[in-house]
Amino acid sequence: MQKDSSSVNVNAAGVAKNTYDAIVIGSGISGGWAAKELCEQGLKTLVLERGRNVEHLKDYPTATKAPWEFEHRGRMPRKFLEENPLISKAAGFGAETAHFFIKDKDHPYVQEKPFDWIRGYQVGGKSLTWGRATQRWSNFEFTAPDRFGYGLDWPIRYNDVAPWYSHVEKFIGICGNKDGIEAMPDGEFLPPFEFNCVESHLQKKIKEHYKDRHLVHARWAHLTQPTELHLKQGRGKCQARNMCMRGCPYGGYFSSVSSTLPWAHKTGNLTVRPFSVVHSIIYDEQKGKATGVRIIDANTNEATEYFARIIFVNASALNSTLVLLNSKSNRFPNGLGNDSGVLGKYVAFHLYRGGVSASIEGFQDRYTYGRNPTEPILANYRNLHKQDTDYLGGFTTFVGAYRPRGAEDAGETELGAPFKSALSKPGGWRTYMYMQGETIPKASNHVRLSDTEKDQWGIPLLVTSVGYDDNDEKMIKDFLSESSEMLAKAGCLDISTYDTHQAPGLDIHEMGGARMGRDPKTSILNGWNQVHDCKNVFVTDGACMTSTGNQSPSILYMALTARAANHAVEEMKRNNL
Amino acid sequence: MNRREALAATARVLGGSIVGAQIFLAACKTPEKKQEPFSADDIAFLDAVGEVIIPTTTDSPGAKAARIGDFMRAIVTDCYSDAEHKIFIDGMASLKELSRKKYDKDFVKLSGEEQNTLLSAVNKEAKAYATTKREADPEHYFTLIKQLTTWGYFTSEPGATKALNYLPVPGRFEGCVPYTEGEKAWAL
Repeated sequence: MQKDSSSVNVNAAGVAKNTYDAIVIGSGISGGWAAKELCEQGLKTLVLERGRNVEHLKDYPTATKAPWEFEHRGRMPRKFLEENPLISKAAGFGAETAHFFIKDKDHPYVQEKPFDWIRGYQVGGKSLTWGRATQRWSNFEFTAPDRFGYGLDWPIRYNDVAPWYSHVEKFIGICGNKDGIEAMPDGEFLPPFEFNCVESHLQKKIKEHYKDRHLVHARWAHLTQPTELHLKQGRGKCQARNMCMRGCPYGGYFSSVSSTLPWAHKTGNLTVRPFSVVHSIIYDEQKGKATGVRIIDANTNEATEYFARIIFVNASALNSTLVLLNSKSNRFPNGLGNDSGVLGKYVAFHLYRGGVSASIEGFQDRYTYGRNPTEPILANYRNLHKQDTDYLGGFTTFVGAYRPRGAEDAGETELGAPFKSALSKPGGWRTYMYMQGETIPKASNHVRLSDTEKDQWGIPLLVTSVGYDDNDEKMIKDFLSESSEMLAKAGCLDISTYDTHQAPGLDIHEMGGARMGRDPKTSILNGWNQVHDCKNVFVTDGACMTSTGNQSPSILYMALTARAANHAVEEMKRNNL
Repeated sequence: MNRREALAATARVLGGSIVGAQIFLAACKTPEKKQEPFSADDIAFLDAVGEVIIPTTTDSPGAKAARIGDFMRAIVTDCYSDAEHKIFIDGMASLKELSRKKYDKDFVKLSGEEQNTLLSAVNKEAKAYATTKREADPEHYFTLIKQLTTWGYFTSEPGATKALNYLPVPGRFEGCVPYTEGEKAWAL
């Protein structure tokens, strides 16, 4: 049995040794940003990561492997799949990337309703395997819950975040085209990835038929033309291999491991402690603030405490919520900052169930060179200025065309040399669209601590109780019908739609649990991502989300983190923290 | 391209669903059963069958050079469900038996023409079965062999680098380049 961590005794010398200016819980996409900003501002910063260490280049064992170097050519053996039905479902999971995902049995949780909680526990977290789409939120999204009355108003607006988007974009490198679309604001872009010939055709046809629908170049975290700032990070141009999730030996896409963490390390102010499972945040009743973090070493099961003036919680949406829920004190018996009782509630996610695929004739004399790691984006066109559908929220559509291998008549050639020859050539073009839709946060969609079950470190298991609702079903229906119509108008054939009926969570865009708001009675965090009633604790990952919008969320977490970190430093200088 | 589309694209070429895909997407619970290991003769037999499906041609080696028998062994042993495994093993036996019955010789000893005639007939049978079978019915064993051969060959070193255009590090992306009929497809 592990020690009861509340009984940890640390003497004065130990306290001094374990004291930093700042502690960051988590080393993923937002934790890396907190570390970078705080270290650059001169704060001695401790990053706590529950998983193993991962170093750029050194810990990318599959990065340059050819297909034939995998015994099962990328497929995982049956035994692994039977033992890991959850994690095997994750987008991008396979023999090439399995080392960046957890194993099911190591990290149990309780699904009150089906919820696929996809996790990657290592330094860099899921920033190693993220999708890399990086559109900005528009003001439509920040204001929609209030305008249409479906949720709490955000305490911030687009203008509050815009400069921080720029700050992040310049550093991590975003390719894209300035398109002037109100629903998806422009940013600081490197040159975009080109469309292929069919994508250009789709763009033209959609524009012809719908004046308010814009199919534009991908906005993606890839260095198409590195700047001095990127080269200084040791990163180079994206080589169009499209093997990103293995870790990129060129640093072509952004991850904490290739970018923010090494940058923070160079300041001399960074300490990263892997294998540190955070038990709770320590709250000091006399001082009226948090003083540190209690961890359990994943290898030795020993409990230790670390101390700092400010604490950034970046453990991923549900784990950050879990840490707050488990940080109980006399002042906060229901979890840190949870006077309102909304901690763990209003969890939402992105709706990814719907997709459409089709074929298109022609373009036989056109092909592509290299592998595009990005996808064109059709900006949201629903419920922008006014409520114009029978459901709430909007959706982004990812669109693409590709020319698969295998001539269409390959199946007719039976055997032998003609069969081989047909399979050695490109076939006809295919097109697809899939959705990333907003879901509406509700108090009933929640996570909480299990009363009875604990993990191997004595931390209560998380119970997930998150499901779809009727709004989601209506949105899928609309998406499928509109997308089919657009493809039909663009001349596509064999249009087929699907609904994966996948459980929430598999989107890997879970959000909320410690939402931002103006009023401590209805929210956990203020407009600077500070816990309302414990201001030296900042939560700047997906847990902070008041609503989900329809853009890919990671870059917003990064922007909010940079904004909060700089605010924290200013407040420290003013002696307010 | 997203993974769903990739899988569907492969299935289209092969004329049906990918065997083992249901395991690939969501592991099914099947009891572990003791399996007979593949013999050296089995591997040689599968190499010979694979070579008929994808033969050596002037520009590139065939399935045998890609060690297709060994690849089939790895997938059938480690990835197939028990039901699929049984179809494959029984199918191997019945194909061997067919050769002996028809030609009084082991398959590997047949002439190229005889091997071709035999497998063409089996291929026809498998295709006919595929058009009439209901979705829940098991696959024909030759459908499995053919799928494994094409998958394994085009992801092997000789297949990917000689029969296709293999470019591990393109260096850049160009969206719209000319294509002349007959040029090889990209391997990746």
